[in-house]
Parts: sequence; structure tokens; C-alpha cells
Amino acid sequence: MVDFPLLTAILLTPIWGILVLSFMPREADKTIKMISAVTMAIALGLTLYAYWAYDVSLGGLQYIENVPWITELGVSYALGVDGISLPLLLLTMLVGFSTVFVSWNVDKRSKEFFIQLLLLVVGAIGTFVSQDLFIFLLFYELGIIPSYIMVVVWGSSERVSKEYAAMKLTIYLLLGSAFMLAGVIALYVNAFPAGMRTFSMQVLAQAHTMGNLSEDVQVFTFFLLLLGFGSTLSMWPFYSWAPDGYAAAPTGVSMLHAGVLKKIGGYGLIRIGLLILPLGVKFWAPFIAFFAVVNVLYAAFVTIAQKDLKYIVGYSSISHMGYILIGFAALNVISIDGAIANMFAHGIMSALFFAMIGLVYDKTNTRQVLSLGGLAHQMPRVATGFMLAGMSSLGLPGLAGFIPEFTTFVGAFKVYPLYTLLAISGIVFTALYILRVLANVLFGPRREEFDTCRDASGVELVSLVLLGTVLVVVGVFPQLLMGMVNSGMEPVMALLVKLHVTPTLLGGVFQ
Amino acid sequence: MNIALLTSEIAVVILALLIIVFDLLMPRQEARRSLGYLAVCGLLGILVYTFNQHGASATVYHGFFVVDKFALFFKQLFIVATILTLLFSFDYIEGLTHNTGEFYALLLLSLVGMMVMASANDLLTVFVGLELMTIIFYILVGFDLRSSKSSEAGTKYLILGSAASAVLLYGMSWVYGFTGSIVLSQIAAHLTASPAMLLGLGLMLAGFCFKLSIVPFHMWAPDVYEGAPIPVTAMLAMASKAAGVAVLLRVFLVAFAGLQAYWLTIVSLLAGLSMIVGIIVAIWQTNIKRMLAYSSVAQAGYILSGLLAADAAGVKGMLFYSVLYMVANVGAFAVTTAVNNQYGSDKIDDLSGLSQKSPLLAVVMTVSLLSMAGLPPMAGFVGKMYIFMAITDKGYFWIAMLGLVMSMVSVYYYMLVVKVMYSKEAKNQQEFTASVSLRIVALISLIATLFIGIYPGPLAELANAAARSLW
Repeated sequence: MVDFPLLTAILLTPIWGILVLSFMPREADKTIKMISAVTMAIALGLTLYAYWAYDVSLGGLQYIENVPWITELGVSYALGVDGISLPLLLLTMLVGFSTVFVSWNVDKRSKEFFIQLLLLVVGAIGTFVSQDLFIFLLFYELGIIPSYIMVVVWGSSERVSKEYAAMKLTIYLLLGSAFMLAGVIALYVNAFPAGMRTFSMQVLAQAHTMGNLSEDVQVFTFFLLLLGFGSTLSMWPFYSWAPDGYAAAPTGVSMLHAGVLKKIGGYGLIRIGLLILPLGVKFWAPFIAFFAVVNVLYAAFVTIAQKDLKYIVGYSSISHMGYILIGFAALNVISIDGAIANMFAHGIMSALFFAMIGLVYDKTNTRQVLSLGGLAHQMPRVATGFMLAGMSSLGLPGLAGFIPEFTTFVGAFKVYPLYTLLAISGIVFTALYILRVLANVLFGPRREEFDTCRDASGVELVSLVLLGTVLVVVGVFPQLLMGMVNSGMEPVMALLVKLHVTPTLLGGVFQ
Repeated sequence: MNIALLTSEIAVVILALLIIVFDLLMPRQEARRSLGYLAVCGLLGILVYTFNQHGASATVYHGFFVVDKFALFFKQLFIVATILTLLFSFDYIEGLTHNTGEFYALLLLSLVGMMVMASANDLLTVFVGLELMTIIFYILVGFDLRSSKSSEAGTKYLILGSAASAVLLYGMSWVYGFTGSIVLSQIAAHLTASPAMLLGLGLMLAGFCFKLSIVPFHMWAPDVYEGAPIPVTAMLAMASKAAGVAVLLRVFLVAFAGLQAYWLTIVSLLAGLSMIVGIIVAIWQTNIKRMLAYSSVAQAGYILSGLLAADAAGVKGMLFYSVLYMVANVGAFAVTTAVNNQYGSDKIDDLSGLSQKSPLLAVVMTVSLLSMAGLPPMAGFVGKMYIFMAITDKGYFWIAMLGLVMSMVSVYYYMLVVKVMYSKEAKNQQEFTASVSLRIVALISLIATLFIGIYPGPLAELANAAARSLW
């Protein structure tokens, strides 16, 4: 098989699914779901093959495709994955595949639902596989409008109305992306003189070494990118869309947003920020580290006060983004390794969490911690899923969450000792709220009113088994993930050595 | 003298006259649909013919009238816009009036005005083209005799439009007085930065901005857009605006390029203001045509901002944007027409449940609106990138930034429409009908918007060639 366009195939499979779905009659409910499942299964299979066949010892970009697209702008349809994007691509497919089954009992207007669900997945795939900034942008916002519609039509209004939550999500993400787009334009115009301009990420990454991007330009441009990617990643203070949005969204959308789409922010910070604008990153890193600590601690405190399960996971995921941010801000190979691996681990974990919450809500019609209790008696399987996700969330060794967090802290401690200590203390609070939730919801005396609730069965088990297995496998064999991530860090390493990030006592803010 | 250069204009005039004659000859009670088909087929033929003129770059009437790639680009845009507008509005026009023949003929004559504007190479021809177009629009706006809103809109447009024309003409007279010529290239040769000259320049800019509905000369747009029959609103929004862009570009870049230092700042302020006012005010609109009117004010701001680059890249962006704006508007107005045919009004609320009754039209509306908002992968995104990259190159990054932020704010009110279509239940269970030609036009708009957004290369090359022919 010479040069089979593997990434294009992965990208086109769900698109093909969308096309088929749009010509299906509206009533063919089961067929629609089957088609979605089949397309996602094919794409997942291809991605697993790509992950397996990726030559870790060789590293760098593989499965490269490059077709000139808009020559006068320097845009090419360039795809390729490396150790940074491949885990995230796999994450997308794993979560995407699960969401189809989580949404199996969506009966109202299922055709529209699944078309838009696949659109969300296509957007995420596109951002992770593209090696051209322009193509990246085409996919970057693809998911936002379908998210809006899905929240408004299939969502639920609990604490805030779903219309409000959907609009908040849309506006936050779009305003962020407006700044990001401005940053991209500034980057594009400044990187090379007219006539030689390009959107290719590989070539743009060389603009810095050629001395085309002065430090001022980099600092300014990265600031704009940070506003965009920061709001995608729900960095403090741009986080408030996330909990409301997740809470109002249907389960599948919450899973994709918290598990996958959020990670595009972190990915963009590394791929576009660090690799193209290293001096800008260096300037802003101390600030990001500070925000990261705020993310971890503030969101953890807020989580403790929450009573709605979805809000708990929503705020908790903001808190976890702090770990990713501090790993990024520490700017060394170990900490960034940890940050990328953490994106994968957190994605799987939060998706599993939301899937389980969806199941509980379906069966008991409530998400309030206080009105639930003793569910392990009636639903042992759901309880297992909850336990896996919860334990991974608080970083129990043996599950996926541990190694990435540990690596992050090891790397970050050298650079920001105080911040890292504060961030580590966040784990204590995480343990506090996670354990309390698990205890309140799953354990305790059997409650009569839930005796009629069936345990998860049939298709409901798909997400539990799939995501739960990944959590355990990656936890027990972390090398599967870390080896891949590490191979992606090769080019970053050379860059970081040149940056000379010197550790400072208070983390650089008070220099 | 090469009169052949005028063939396409002459052909449109003949077509309009033919329609009037046939209209008179046909029995009174017979349906006039055939006249509409005649207009469409005739325009298609003329469109094909215009491709024959490609590569020409010649003037006629002592340099008053020029045919180059720039002019052809706009003429083809106007013709396509007219064809698509006619195609989606047959049912609507027949419901509007018995004098459909007149309506078609007038629409074609306004098209002639636009085509003359695209080719105008001197101030007088500019003015003649502009008046030909505008005077016919005064009639068309007030064409719905049963509706007082339509008559009111027609009167308003007449009064304000005449005032604007007077201002424009006054500005032209100053420019003529101080350069001694009305031919654009001659004016460029005799430019001086005297205050009188700048006064003339400013007055002309104000006149053009009125046609483009640029803030603060936009006050007419919402009322006129709301009152006018939908096809007329559509033509006003896309074709008449594009014609304004065509003359603005030629006059400012050919004749007044030397005074750039004076007008660039003003243009940047006008463009910025239009984006802000158009988008903020649109949020509170409940009538779809009014909302599109304010949105068109903002869109005009985006297009105008391309002038800040004052080079081929900026012009290319403006031409590109004019096309995609036309395509998006065709989609939005086609859906508005279908809804109006069904319920007889233009409230945003009337779109309730459209996604259930006609999924295609709901998708077309969504994609068209999001293209205007500039969301990838729709065409509007690429258009904004072209314009903003060109002006960032010239140091107007703040406008680019403002434009991007405002366009994301505009998603707010576009989303309100999307919400109504997707989440509200339909008002009644009545079957939703839309004619085949309307559906086809909607589908064309959808495909074109996505195609241009994903593969902008071919259109960008055309726009680029057209833009370069100005220099």
C-alpha cells in the first residue's frame, strides 16, 4: 500500500456519513443511527491503524499529504500527524464513536442530531490533522454552530435556560476566535514579505529562526492567539461558558466539548503558539502559569460548592485545564509531555464522566447530588464507570490520569516551584469533591425510589466499556501514550533549548 | 468608434422593450409568467455573450465608456444577480401586481443603469448610470400599491436619494471646476490638494456612501428595505450596492489616487462606524428584511474597508466579497420570499419550524447568514480574510481586528434567526410549498457559498485579474 491517503480517509469517512444521512428519510431512525455508528467505527479503525503503524522511532510528521490549494495565498491541503496530534486524533475518534452510542435514544429529529454530531467530529478531526493554518481555520469553528443548535433543540434547562447557555457558549468561543483570527492575520502578514507568504505551519515555524518575526510582533500575536485558544480551553477568566454549556447540552455534545473540542485550545497553543511564536510564548508563559493556578484552585473551590453533577464535572474540567496550562507554561519537554498526555487522559475521563451522568439522568431524571444516593445497589455497571472516571480524575495510580499529571508536576516544579505546589494542592480539593460525589451518589443505603431503574445494558455499555478500558490500559501501560507524545516533542526540544527559560523563585511574575 | 463594446447594454435595453411590447400585445387575462422566462433566457444569452468580451480593454465615446475586465466582472455579477432574483420571485411578483410585464422591464432597465456604472470612465457617465439605476429603483420600491409601507418607502427613497444625487453632482462640479475635466484619467493628471478640491471629493464620497448605505448615510436603508417588494430589496442589497462599489473603486483609485493621504482616514472611520452601527442595531430587529438591511450596512462597511489597501490586493478582496455577498443574499432573500409567499409577512417569527417543514430552505438560510457573518468554511470567511490581510499589510490592523470582532458579534442575531428555525415549533401544520425554481436558486446559493468557501481559488483569480485591470 503505497501512499494510501490515510488521514484524508479518516477525515472523509464522517463527511461521507453526513452526506448519506442527509439523503435518508427522516423516519428511518434506526438506519440513521446504524449509519452513524458504522462511519465512526470505520474512522476509529483507520485511526487505530494509524496510531499502531506510526513509526515512533522515526518521529516527526507522518502520513503526509500535500496538495496545493490556493496557490496565490500559499495555502495547501497539507495533512500530517506527529506525536502531538496523533493521540488527540485518537481521542477524538474514541470519544466520537462513544457519543453515537450515548445518543442512541435520541428519538426527536434524530436525523438532524446525528448529522450535526458528525459535523462536530469532522471539525475536531480536521483541526488535528491539518498542517496548514488556513485549513486548520476552516475546521476550527465548524463545530460551534451545530453545538448551538444541538443545545437549543436537544438540551435541557436546569439552572440556566438552554437558550442562554447555548448563546453564551457560541459568543464566548466566537469572540475568542475573532482575536485568534486577527492573530493569524498578523502572523501571516509579518512572517514573510509579500510574494513568499504561506500558511504552511512547517514553513511558518521557520520564520522565527530566520529572524522575520521580531519579539514585539511575537508577543502581540501570541497574545491574540492566547485569547482565542484560551477561551476554547476555558482558561480563567474566559471559562464561564463551559459549565453552563456542558450542563445544558445533550450528553453527546457535552462529551465532545469537554473531551475533545476543548483540547483544540491546548493543541493550538502548542502547535501554533510554541512552534511558531516561541518568543511570544516565553513572554507570556509566567502569566499563563499564574492563570493556570487560578484555574486549578478557583475552579476546584467552585466545584466543591456545586450540587448538579454536570456542573461538578464542568467546573472540575476547568480545574484540570489548569494542569495542562501550567505544563505548557513551564516550557520544558517533560512538562509539555505531561500536558499533552493529560489532554488525552482528561478527554477520555471527562467523556466517560458525562456519559455516566447522562445514563443516571436518563434513568432517575435528576442530576442533583443530594437527591441521588446508593445507586451502586441498582446500577453496579454505571457505578463502575463512575468510579473509573472519578479515580482517574483525582489521579489514582494505575489509571490514565496519574502519569500525565505526575509528569507535568515534575517538569513544572523546576520552573515554577511555588505555582506547582499550589497546583498540586488542587489534587487534594479534587479528591475532596470527587470522593464526596461518588460517596453521595453511588454508595450509602439503598434507596427505594431507584429500585425501578435498570442498570446500563446493550448499547449503553459501549461508551462505558470502550472509554473505561482505555483509562485502564493507558494507566497500566503509560508507555503506549507517553512514547508517542515524547516522539512528537523532538522538534520542540530543539526549540526550547534555544529559548533558555530560566527558573525563577516566584515563577517569573515578579521579576 | 467601436460601438460593439456597448452590445450587452443595448441588448438588455432591447430585451426590456420587447417585454413591454409583448406585455401590451398579450391578452389581459393571460398569465405573464412567460415574460419572466423571456427575461431570464434573454439575460442568460447576454451573460454568455459577455464572456466573448473577455480580454477586451477599450474605450468608446472619447474615453467616456470603458470595457475592461473590471467592468465585465461587475456586469456579469449584476446579470447573474438579476437572473437569480427573477427566478426566485416569479410567484411573489405575480401575487404582488397585475402589471408583471412592467415590473420585469423596469428591473431590466435598472440593470442597464448598473452596467453603465460599471463601465463609466468619466463623472457624467457615472452620474447618468447612477440616476438610471436609482430613478427606476424609486419606482420599483413603491411598486406594491396595496401596501402603504411600500409607498412610504418609495417616497422616502425618492426624497433622500435625490438629495444624495444633488450632493454628488455638486461635488462633481467642484472637481470639474478645479481640474478642468470630467474624464477620470484627466482628473488624476490635474489633481491638486486645494481645499475646494477636497470639498468636491468629500461631497462625492458622501454621495457614493449614500448608495452604499454607509453610516452615517444609511438612514434610508432599513425603511426602504422593509417597505420594498422582496425582489427589489434583494436587488438593492446586492446589485445596487455592488454597482456603487464599482464606481467608487474606479473614481477613487483612478481619479483620486493621488489624494489618498486625505481620504484614507475618513474611509477607515466610515467603514469602522458602519460595521459597529450596522451590527449593533441589527440585534433588535424583528423583521427579517429590516435585519438584513442593517446587516447590509455592516457588510458595506466590510467591503468599503478593502479600499483602505488602495492596491490590487484590496480591490481583489472587495470584488471577491461583492460576489459572495451577492450569493449569500440570494439565498437569504429566496428563503424570505418563500416564507412570505406562505404567510404574507416578513417577521422573523414566521420562520418558526422551518427546519421541519423545509429542511433545505432552513439550511440555505443558515449557511447564507453565517456566510455574511464570516464563519468558516463559508465563503464569507475567505472574503474577510482577503480584505483584512490586504489592509493589515497597509497598517490598518485595527480595522481588521474590529471587523473580526464585530462579525462574531453579528453571529448573535444571525443565531436568533437560526434558533427560530430550528427550535421553535411551526405556527401551523399547513403544508409548506415553494416553487421548483425557488428551490433551485436556493440550492445554487448553498452550493456556491460552500464551494467558494472551501475552494476560493478560481473566483479569486477572476477577481484578481479584474482588479489588476484598473491599473
